[in-house]
Amino acid sequence: MAEQKTLATTGNVMVAEAMRQCAPDVMAAYPITPQTTIVEEFARFVAQGRVHTEYVTVESEHSAMSACVGASAAGARVMTATSSQGLALMWEVLHIASGMRLPIVMANANRALSAPINIHCDHSDVMGSRDTGWVMLFAETAQEAYDNTIMAVRIAEHPDVLLPVMSCLDGFITTHSIDRARMLDDESVKAFVGEYEPAEHTLLDYEHPVTHGSFAGLGGPFFEFKKAQREAMERSREVIRDVGEEFERLSGRPFGKLEAWGMDDADVAVVVIGSTAGNARHVARELRGTGVKAGVVKVRCFRPFPYAELAAMLKGMKAVAVLDRAESFGAEGGPLFLEVRSALYDLDRRVPVVDYIYGLGGADVRLELIREVYDDLAGMAAGATGPEGLVYLGAR
Amino acid sequence: MSRIDEWKCEEFPRGAVIPDSGSSRDYVTGGWRSERPIRDEEKCTQCLLCWIFCPDSAINVEDEKVTTFNLDHCKGCGVCANECPADAIRMANEVACAMGEEE
Ligand code: SF4
Ligand code: SF4
Repeated sequence: MAEQKTLATTGNVMVAEAMRQCAPDVMAAYPITPQTTIVEEFARFVAQGRVHTEYVTVESEHSAMSACVGASAAGARVMTATSSQGLALMWEVLHIASGMRLPIVMANANRALSAPINIHCDHSDVMGSRDTGWVMLFAETAQEAYDNTIMAVRIAEHPDVLLPVMSCLDGFITTHSIDRARMLDDESVKAFVGEYEPAEHTLLDYEHPVTHGSFAGLGGPFFEFKKAQREAMERSREVIRDVGEEFERLSGRPFGKLEAWGMDDADVAVVVIGSTAGNARHVARELRGTGVKAGVVKVRCFRPFPYAELAAMLKGMKAVAVLDRAESFGAEGGPLFLEVRSALYDLDRRVPVVDYIYGLGGADVRLELIREVYDDLAGMAAGATGPEGLVYLGAR
Repeated sequence: MSRIDEWKCEEFPRGAVIPDSGSSRDYVTGGWRSERPIRDEEKCTQCLLCWIFCPDSAINVEDEKVTTFNLDHCKGCGVCANECPADAIRMANEVACAMGEEE
């Protein structure tokens, strides 16, 4: 295990430090709350000469992602960071990045989307881009935000994958709160991520001119390219697992696409993404003191979604609650709920699942609210019917 | 039918990169033209302005002289006709030309 120092700092600073240690050739970024301190901190590293990155200041997130696409196609290791409306403004270029199979790494500070205007945390931004072909990792803490950023580089650049990776952390909660986190030394991270060897056919190889971003329209192999993208995403499952195991050997911190708490003997479970997992564990621990067999499953990798692993974990549960921090208007529930129910569909015995939309626009997720969820689950486990349809947890 | 375990994506270059140069030459893009340029050799002074201005490099030049239009790539935009200082280029209806009704 490598040398590490313990810091009291924010998730954004940890992400900026991770980016510095991974030493991208190019960063193109536009500041947007609550991501801004990532790119500010990184700009400081560049100004201090602590990282030799071509820092491109652009006039919008659309340009930021476009510059990233160009630089990545040219053969550079590329990073950026965004949030909320910024991510939404990048949307069409997100597809281009994944379609061109460019291993860009981007931090996203999860934040609500307008209207009404709101700068606080929810997952509407990232869930809106969940079908853009990016691998998506989520952090609960500053520590995980740091770890995910470093692993993201290895996952994205793996020759079997070559897809962009988004590393998400909850706006203000994880991005700005002071947290305790351990940082690896520069040399260990450098050795872990390695030198970036761009795939063949880069734009800067002027002895072998190539065309990137070409037309594959009617009768062209557009369909087949999308198939290739799907296949790369499927291959990333194994790569994510292997990179996680290797990172554990380096840092001592295990990484799983899913993180289970109390699931070995749980009767009821909550499935959650991001910072709220801490609250869920806290309540589950209290309940265990009163004899309730409560478990928590945290989803750390949302794309590709770990269906088989989740089904294995939730098999035999008496009741399951999904906490969704994003809406999917007109659907049966939030985006996580749809995935969880789909994961459970092939089980022999149907597991009852309820969806709770919570914390939109940074609405507080108090412990009492999580207790209410477990109360519902306990009732369902005892044979009562659960709440009908989805629940807006804590909304007035 | 195409199942995931039968996929043969290796047949396609990753990220749809075209690994050779000059491939646009093979990609015929003049098909949507509704007018084509016709040059009057008598009037033409061989100033080559049309060749400079053509946005599609569709004007063939040999020995520093305009020869023909590359109708595989000419879009019929009329820029050449507009720029020609000698009024040597006119735009003619494509369908009529294709039917042989116009030279
Ligand atoms: S019509 Fe337009 S495309 Fe065709 S030769 Fe003239 S300038 Fe070029
Ligand atoms: S611009 Fe007109 S005169 Fe000049 S070369 Fe072209 S056709 Fe001839």
